[in-house]
Amino acid sequence: MSLDAHADQQAALGLPPSGPPRFESVPAVREGLAAVGYLADEGIAGVVYLADRLAKPVLVEGPAGTGKTQLAKSVAELTGSRLIRLQCYEGLDESKALYEWNYRKQLLRIQAGQVIGESGGPSGDPAGGAGSATWKELEEDIFSEDFLLTRPLLEAIRSADPVVLLVDEVDRVELETEALLLEVLSEYQVSIPELGTVRATRLPMVFLTSNNTRELSEALKRRCLYLHIDYPDLERERRIVSARVPGISGELADQVARIVRSLRTLELRKAPSVSETLDWARTLVVLGVESIDATGARDTLHILLKYQSDIERAAKELLSAET
Amino acid sequence: MLDLLSGFVTELRQAGLPVSLTEHLDAAEAVHHIPLEDRASLKYALAATLVKSSAHWRAFETAFEIYFANRGPGPADGGDDPEGDRTPEAADATGSGAGRGGRRGQGGGGGESMSAEELAELLYRALASGDGALADVVARYAVTRYAGMEPGRPVGGTYYLYRTLRNLDLDGVLERLIQAARDAGPGDHGLTGLEERLVADEYRARIEQLRRAVESEIRRRLVLDRGAEALARSVRKPLPEDIDVMHATRDELATLHRTLHPLSRKLAVRLARKRRHGRKGPLDFRATVRRSLSTGGVPVEPRFRHPRPAKPEIFVIADISGSVASFARFTLHLVYAISSQFSKVRSFVFVDGIDEVTRFFEGADDPAVAVHRINTEADVIWVDGHSDYGHALSVFNQRWGDDVNSRTSVLVLGDARNNYHASEAWVLEQLARQARHVYWLNPEPRDYWGSGDSIVDEYAAHCEAVVECRTLRQLERFVGDLT
Repeated sequence: MSLDAHADQQAALGLPPSGPPRFESVPAVREGLAAVGYLADEGIAGVVYLADRLAKPVLVEGPAGTGKTQLAKSVAELTGSRLIRLQCYEGLDESKALYEWNYRKQLLRIQAGQVIGESGGPSGDPAGGAGSATWKELEEDIFSEDFLLTRPLLEAIRSADPVVLLVDEVDRVELETEALLLEVLSEYQVSIPELGTVRATRLPMVFLTSNNTRELSEALKRRCLYLHIDYPDLERERRIVSARVPGISGELADQVARIVRSLRTLELRKAPSVSETLDWARTLVVLGVESIDATGARDTLHILLKYQSDIERAAKELLSAET
Repeated sequence: MLDLLSGFVTELRQAGLPVSLTEHLDAAEAVHHIPLEDRASLKYALAATLVKSSAHWRAFETAFEIYFANRGPGPADGGDDPEGDRTPEAADATGSGAGRGGRRGQGGGGGESMSAEELAELLYRALASGDGALADVVARYAVTRYAGMEPGRPVGGTYYLYRTLRNLDLDGVLERLIQAARDAGPGDHGLTGLEERLVADEYRARIEQLRRAVESEIRRRLVLDRGAEALARSVRKPLPEDIDVMHATRDELATLHRTLHPLSRKLAVRLARKRRHGRKGPLDFRATVRRSLSTGGVPVEPRFRHPRPAKPEIFVIADISGSVASFARFTLHLVYAISSQFSKVRSFVFVDGIDEVTRFFEGADDPAVAVHRINTEADVIWVDGHSDYGHALSVFNQRWGDDVNSRTSVLVLGDARNNYHASEAWVLEQLARQARHVYWLNPEPRDYWGSGDSIVDEYAAHCEAVVECRTLRQLERFVGDLT
């Protein structure tokens, strides 16, 4: 009942039908992600499921290194879609995000048209010698699809096969440039003045990641579902370490997770993230460490913590010399 | 269901979360797609559509616990409560809150039959084994036994929480657990320092979970007793940026400290952007010609150099007596965190004597460390340690007045409660002539200005503006407009 009403509503808004749902249920999402190596918790799986059903983009926020980009990649792998990535930075503008006309090719085409017209042309156009092509034909020709350079957003909209669009670090883009994204995100269409509006035939799944360095505009947040990925709890971190670090013993994984949890309770400038935990675990495995003690941890602390003041504080509070 | 959701959204708006109509509609639609029995999924579905900032999560969670309260059966229930709550029953409870008063007694029978020692033993076992279900049961019994909740009593949830936790003596239990772990350690030297720390953290985490279980149990019973709306008003938690800094509790101060770092980063980014894009500078010929190559040599898009307005200098003169101290510390922390946006920052603190504390901030890369040092090392007591603005200002003028030039902005932080000493407002007048701006930041509510021994009106005559800065939000807005 509810799904039909939703489909009618989408048809009324002129949106393409969302197609069959990609996931059956929240546990199915969770198991699927675990199968491709991404251990999600309830919240993450729930939001991904909802995003598919409601056809809304997902805004993923959280501290650096907690698996935001990895989530989009894993969902693409899980659904067998192509991943299209738009890496945002401060000077990003329409020509690099949406589309650009290939000026050089257009200029060449015009010049070639003149040259070929003068020399009669290989096809021997009988309609007239020099300047045979009228302006109207030329205009339609150079503003056709051949001369359009598609950038990630337009490519994601036009693609006929299933696509996951990842807009990475959208908080680096300036406030004014965010406006580019709005049309794409809410109605999945791009307006090109010369060609008309390009609508998506198949709705992509869209993920936006943000490191929270600046406050995103209300308009952008309103169009998205919000997901905050924080540092994982002990149990989940241990499972992540066990799954992603080949050759690690259960006991070592447990110790690693506990030490990292204790480090996060200290007031550090930058708390260790999941990727740093994995790096540390891999280093320990490579060094052949069976069990961590205070000296061993202190020696390898620089892999986890990236500020000297943090390392000193951790060494003092957590790893003080054994009595 | 829709009514309940509307009430929930209203409550969120009153707590300060900006929930728009579109988000409300999205939430209503999201609820269609999840099975209603799954409370956790409901929570995440609502959070995904209604909460758009991580700082608002706590306020959302509190409101959710109240509106979608879990009405599971109590420990010694006769079974007349149907299994697992839900929304139609929560709506029921809202409507007939008073009628439910009699039901509460259901949990009473189970808890009182245990003695205090048995309960303590059960608590110890639950924490030692880390069994979550057992901890929930202990929480319920503890609330029944110790909280002393009575129907219709106009007392807030924190009182019950305090009573329950005090009687459970959680610190003592933690000590016992750590000692037991020490005794159980291998060999005769017990645990190493690191191991002991890890064990202690593990127990602390379990105790924190128990504490939360107790809190949610108390809230659940209060909802049954009073109904959702009345309770929501009394336990509504302010957002971090709206907490009154002068009257913050210890937990709120901790939240504020955590918010300060991302806040200062965002402020620095915003100020940097403002400086860069305020105006366009002169034409950058080389970049324009370069750009024109892609359009066949025709300069279609001119490029301009970035304007570089001069960075201001900041002098911060802060009162660190009594209740104003925490506010002064926050402001100093914030100003130094964005110090890259200013060409020079010098800070001074005073009570009745004044001292320059710039050297503490120069050494440390973390402003929090420097702020701690101020408490211990700054030399600010002259006669008796009561605020004397007049003396402090005149000493400032004498020692450092010449350093104030036309690029300086002077910020004075304080409530201007001078203990009836001389005001020496002429110092501010002189500073106003020398400096570019003089601002006064007052952390008291505007209604209190001028009452008692507050002479802020006298100082206000010479300041460009006197700004009320009670919350982080106001402080951020002021600093954002500063440059």
